[in-house]
Amino acid sequence: MFRNQYDTDVTTWSPTGRLFQVEYSMEAVKQGSAAIGLRSKTHVVLACVNKANSELSSHQKKIFKVDDHIGVAIAGLTADGRVLSRYMRSEAINHSFTYESPLPVGRLVVQLADKAQVCTQRSWKRPYGVGLLAFAIGSRSQAAKTYLERRFENFTNSSREDLIKDALIATRETLQGEKLKSSICTVSVVGVGEPFHILDQETVQQLIDTFELVTEEEPPAPEPASEPAAADQGGAEQGAGAEQGAAPDEGVAPMDI
Amino acid sequence: MTKQQANWSPYDNNGGSCVAIAGADYCVIAADTRMSSGYNILTREYSKICKLADKAVMASSGFQADVNALQKQLAAKHLTYQHQHNKQMSCPAMAQLLSNTLYYKRFFPYYAFNVLGGLDSEGKGCVFTYDAVGSYERVGYSSQGSGSTLIMPFLDNQLKSPSPLLLPAQDAVTPLSESEAVDLVKTVFASATERDIYTGDKLEIVVLNAGGIHREYMELRKD
Repeated sequence: MFRNQYDTDVTTWSPTGRLFQVEYSMEAVKQGSAAIGLRSKTHVVLACVNKANSELSSHQKKIFKVDDHIGVAIAGLTADGRVLSRYMRSEAINHSFTYESPLPVGRLVVQLADKAQVCTQRSWKRPYGVGLLAFAIGSRSQAAKTYLERRFENFTNSSREDLIKDALIATRETLQGEKLKSSICTVSVVGVGEPFHILDQETVQQLIDTFELVTEEEPPAPEPASEPAAADQGGAEQGAGAEQGAAPDEGVAPMDI
Repeated sequence: MTKQQANWSPYDNNGGSCVAIAGADYCVIAADTRMSSGYNILTREYSKICKLADKAVMASSGFQADVNALQKQLAAKHLTYQHQHNKQMSCPAMAQLLSNTLYYKRFFPYYAFNVLGGLDSEGKGCVFTYDAVGSYERVGYSSQGSGSTLIMPFLDNQLKSPSPLLLPAQDAVTPLSESEAVDLVKTVFASATERDIYTGDKLEIVVLNAGGIHREYMELRKD
């Protein structure tokens, strides 16, 4: 009925059984600027590098509030990220409206994963080219990941301030020598009794100034598991687009639906 | 063949009265806390006042189930607005939203009689009054609900606004001070309670001004 002469297939198989579009979309995430998440027993911190293309333009927003208890940081195609953020906000509001209680993060993650999967199975669609934070994603995030891998076992019992400090240090690692200023990074916090919010520039600059006076001590060198802590909170790696996951609320097992 | 009559109604009237008065830099919103059905009292402590945004507070009498549904709708839409605009809705914006939400159900209306009070973008008090399907108007003061026929003439006497048709445009807000306006509200409800059986028990008064939101209660007759 709808046949035409054009090749409308966007997502196709490779001879080795992989989906090109999915690989490409994961690459898009790797090219995006870094986003990092850490969690303790009581708090979660998201931080990201926000570099504007020129001094004249404003920064691309990378952290979005989804609900009082959920926030996401994105890396990759920001437009795709905004679309997904809008979807998540809508889901959170609808859930609250129907059940008068906050949407459990695990369910949001699953809904999102299912939505993203659809794009890998319809030939005329392409996957979302954006990663929603699992642990550390984006370009030069490996440096951040390495820092986090050394430290993550200690995060569980960190205080809110230490957690933010660690997030900032990890962010600094991705900058490769460039000075960390509050104008190029964004930090957000959610925790027990603390709704998700983005810290304002002044507060962030104060925090940066505070810890830069303290040199980083050589950490003991444990051999950590291959995945940093917060990774477990995200969804499992799906064929869809990129690593999925929203910064979780502490205490809610993500897959506990 | 006579026309078939309904053997039940989707609506009920839970009674009660609401009032709102706009001042130069404040707004007073008040409602009684009695919830009734027919000649019965369901509860003496039900709040008809809902804070929709930092600067917009709504009081609604009528069918409280519909009122609750309406409040939830508005809260959800307000959240979406905040996500998209990074700020709270202003009172006039909320007024328009309420009107649209009510008209959306023009053919199965929310049985809700609303007054919306708050501060406009200049910090002046504003009051908007509605019918059940969303027709609204900005006024200096208003009352809705079972006691409104008793309350409104009294407010007209004390606060009469200049006609909105006059030129040059004259301020609708009352020159009364905040404490005078609150006293007026207390007097008005005490009177309405005497003669309206659906009004009474307790009066809830919310005052919105530059310093934020303040709530107080006053006992009313319980018969």
